[in-house]
Amino acid sequence: MLHYALKRLVSLAISLLVASLVIFVVVEVAPGDPASFMLGINAQPDTVAALRTELGLDQSKFDRYRSWVGGMLTGDFGTSYTYRTPVSQMIADRLWVSLPLALYALTLSTLIAFPAGIFAAARRGGIGDLGVTGATQLGVAIPNFWFAMMLVLIFAINLRWFSAGGFPGWDRGVWTGMKALTLPAIALALPQAAILTRVMRSSLLDILGEDFIRTARAKGLSSRQALWRHGLRNALIPVLTIIGLQFAFLLAGAIIIEQVFFLPGLGRLIFQAITQRDLIVVESVVMLLVFAVIVVNFVVDLAYAAVDPRLRART
Amino acid sequence: MNRNLIIGGALTALFVCAALVSFLWTPDSVETMNIANRLKPPSADNLLGTDHFGRDILSMLMVGARTSIAVALVAVGIGMGLGVPLGLAAAARSGGMLDEVIMRMNDLIFAFPSLVIAILITAVFGPSATNAIIAIGIFNIPVFARITRGAALSLWKREFIMAAQVAGKTRTRISAEHILPNVANLLIVQGTIQFSLGILAEAGLSYVGLGAQPPIPSWGRMLADAQTMVSLAPHVALIPGLTIIAMVLGLNLLGDGLRDALDPRLKVVRA
Amino acid sequence: MSLLDIRNLSLSIHGKPILKDISVSIRQGEITALTGESGSGKSMTAFATIGLLPRGSVTTGEILFDGSNLLTRSESDLCDLRGRDISMVFQEPMTALNPVQTIGAQVMETILIHGAMTSSDAKARTRDVLDRVGLPPDRFPLTRYPHELSGGQRQRVVIAMAIALRPRLLIADEPTTALDVTTQAQILDLLKGLVSEQNMALMMITHDLAVVSDMADTLNVMRAGEIVEHGATFDVLRDMRHPYTRQLFDASRHQAKLSTAKAETPLLSVENVSRDYALPRTSLFGSRPMFRAVNRVSFDIKRGERVGLVGESGCGKSTLTRAILGLEPIQEGQITLDGDPVWQDGHPNLAVRRKMQVVFQDPYGSFNPRHRVSRLITEPFHLLTDPPKGADKDAAIADALTAVGLNPADADKHIHAFSGGQRQRIAIARALIIRPDLIVFDEAVSALDVRVRAQILDLMADLSRDYGLTYLFISHDLSVVRSITDRVLVMRAGEIVEDRPTPAVFEAPEHPYTRTLIDAAPQLPAFPETQDAARPAF
Repeated sequence: MLHYALKRLVSLAISLLVASLVIFVVVEVAPGDPASFMLGINAQPDTVAALRTELGLDQSKFDRYRSWVGGMLTGDFGTSYTYRTPVSQMIADRLWVSLPLALYALTLSTLIAFPAGIFAAARRGGIGDLGVTGATQLGVAIPNFWFAMMLVLIFAINLRWFSAGGFPGWDRGVWTGMKALTLPAIALALPQAAILTRVMRSSLLDILGEDFIRTARAKGLSSRQALWRHGLRNALIPVLTIIGLQFAFLLAGAIIIEQVFFLPGLGRLIFQAITQRDLIVVESVVMLLVFAVIVVNFVVDLAYAAVDPRLRART
Repeated sequence: MNRNLIIGGALTALFVCAALVSFLWTPDSVETMNIANRLKPPSADNLLGTDHFGRDILSMLMVGARTSIAVALVAVGIGMGLGVPLGLAAAARSGGMLDEVIMRMNDLIFAFPSLVIAILITAVFGPSATNAIIAIGIFNIPVFARITRGAALSLWKREFIMAAQVAGKTRTRISAEHILPNVANLLIVQGTIQFSLGILAEAGLSYVGLGAQPPIPSWGRMLADAQTMVSLAPHVALIPGLTIIAMVLGLNLLGDGLRDALDPRLKVVRA
Repeated sequence: MSLLDIRNLSLSIHGKPILKDISVSIRQGEITALTGESGSGKSMTAFATIGLLPRGSVTTGEILFDGSNLLTRSESDLCDLRGRDISMVFQEPMTALNPVQTIGAQVMETILIHGAMTSSDAKARTRDVLDRVGLPPDRFPLTRYPHELSGGQRQRVVIAMAIALRPRLLIADEPTTALDVTTQAQILDLLKGLVSEQNMALMMITHDLAVVSDMADTLNVMRAGEIVEHGATFDVLRDMRHPYTRQLFDASRHQAKLSTAKAETPLLSVENVSRDYALPRTSLFGSRPMFRAVNRVSFDIKRGERVGLVGESGCGKSTLTRAILGLEPIQEGQITLDGDPVWQDGHPNLAVRRKMQVVFQDPYGSFNPRHRVSRLITEPFHLLTDPPKGADKDAAIADALTAVGLNPADADKHIHAFSGGQRQRIAIARALIIRPDLIVFDEAVSALDVRVRAQILDLMADLSRDYGLTYLFISHDLSVVRSITDRVLVMRAGEIVEDRPTPAVFEAPEHPYTRTLIDAAPQLPAFPETQDAARPAF
């Protein structure tokens, strides 16, 4: 088990390294001279020169990469050119909106998908199954940002149960914060829940066709007992993969949903940074998103091993 | 016979026709603005109403379908064109260095959701429909590589492949002659699904301004423009949204229908 | 009175008739066999009895267990009954256990689900039954996972689960078909022991008449969903009143008539061959450990000679076969055909490959389903520098198909139009078409029903006479090799332990392992062979 974890850890480190290289090459090498790119064509030569020094452009590319990665390892993401504040500070503030939003949505999506998927699989071919399958068919077709707009229209503008957007901050209490994130989280979660439900259902149905389910039935388990005791844990393996992938989509999706609800999260930060050509912020936020995805996949790999003894043994 | 196939095929055909017809004719011009006639609900003059510039929404949707379909189709092409050969190559040398490298590269790309790729490209090269194509296309590569490899691996264990090896055929030739035709059904079905995901992704990118730029009409942009008008004239948000849903639903039904018609046991990926 | 009485049972699945008016009765303490070829409905009879029929099943008739009709009992009644009064053991031990649960938990579940004991008693009972089925605590603690056990050991766990509550009826559906012959003998002994010890009734489903004659008190012969003959095993096998029983029996012990070989010049030479496989890394940076699947093996085959290679699963015979065919490189030694190496400079030697062909085991998996027969059997033409074209090609196809007893017109059909036996004929046609010097039959008759198997063995003997074939016949089943080879190689743990003329091996095996193999194989009783042996249409 320890060996398995170590092996995944090494591959995690390699992934992060390569990802950081890709981002660095795209952002700092591809535009030619980042300083003149950031300042635009009308910039004064001395302003450009000053920025060049600040960005360390006089150093070799390798040294710049090393100091960028080294800085990130110590929590130093550089200083935003536009706002003149440390990027790490800006990210930390925004993360307090984006991360809870993504986790909130992931929780909702899992809470919806597990019961719905199990329900449908247990009633394969029945009315309940058809209903769930039909709903998921619709769910995967709905663009989450449009769904968000409809939620605003109904629950904020017409019913006035929620505010149409904005975030009051966590200072005003957890519930106030959660309430402000509820509509965005639902908008994010429902289409993902539809996908997850489908995966859960088909994965369970696959497992229910396995020989060991028949063995369990021959022992005297009812079909429902066989599903719960033997089907679920085996079906979880593909489901975990999708949950891992979904986290990436939820983080990215949060960026779009934040636009609908005017939430001060990473999405707002990154779009401002793009308009202002603040490459330092863009590069750091992208690295952070990629980091989150890779780490979540690492956790999913560990979860596999917890579920499946064959994986623990193989290494 | 196969209800999914018929409904899905009809919906898809409808949108493709609308996009093609828009090259020759639209009910109204999508470039001329008529502020006096803005935000009108559906009527005999404008079947689906007008937007905040007084443009005919039906015409906008027809032209927008071109953008959506073109972006999603080319992105599927990129994903298939690169992903399928990579997947075949990885399976042909399974367990070898090449396999390892290809699969690790796949994992890496999976860590960059298409939105993130689009953000990176836009930050440096500015927003455009091409960016959307590249971003969605790159993300499609590992999807196709992975399912091709998975299906090919199980074929490589079959005895008819060993028989072909005994007949002296090279791995490349076996991949082309025996493996590819036997994974074609899977690729068609997965291609349909990726097409529908591409439509959704394009709408999302255009919505946040990372995709097609004005004045090119696109469904995502129409929704972005509608956002501030939604309480005044709900139809400007409702109609493009329902259009996207209908198109994506149509493609998904088509995919399911094709799967049932070709081989119900196909393992497709949805994420 | 019978414990189980199946009366006039008919079954159809989605409207397709599967069983027609079946009647079987089984008494306490008695072993009753259902036998027949694939598709005869024997397994479905078992599933009907335990109430686990697939969706879309419609039954008529009665299945009386202890006098009460199971077909009319509610599902929850049946759940109470299953595992406690009626249990079942399945064919495929590799997939019959839940991979993510320990064997202890799975055996204990049988006890706990019926609320038969407290969990500490259940644990003790679990330990007892595992001991009883031959899985002692020092090597098989309750915390073992299925993937840590071999196929035979897993089958013992499945049996332990089935007998944990001492059921009155045990159904065993081909319980040893997936196992090696030595393991089969042990499992059959175990089942026999359990029946007499616990006064159980055993319903034994098997296609193997030798197993039947060895085990069963009474016998039911099934064909196409009907019972064609039944009675005490000995009587049925002695009298063989129904021609189908006779066909099965004769085909089971069928000996093909092999012409005498004139083997002088050496053809294939295997010298000191070793094949290593890399196992997964055990430490992060260390080198990968190696597993030696074939260890310094040497033998040769002369032109015109027919050689058998026999061994149990995992003995290395498949690995050796792949090496001979030039599909994989070897780590040590040399394999040459007619003096030329099969593998040269890191590549298979095409000049040698065109002199060898192979026939695989699975008649369903060895053809690309998308191609027509003509294309399938001409695939080896790819090896020739100047393959026949046009009319020559058509003639070659027609010749090959005729040689294996098929019609030249079959060339235009797709493979799914053929039965398993016909497919195996097509596979032989594909191997023959370039007139190779050596043909490798890799378990080529193992997946076939006995009557079809007898026909294919006859075909091989005929072809051997007409074409002077040289072949290597690989099999896990010693008895099949007997009639079809001049010489036998017995392989065990990567090494060849015996290499002698076939009659000598069977009459006086030298190596103890060969003796074990011969002794472990169940024997048919010796009744005189009839004239119309193995000549039914297929």
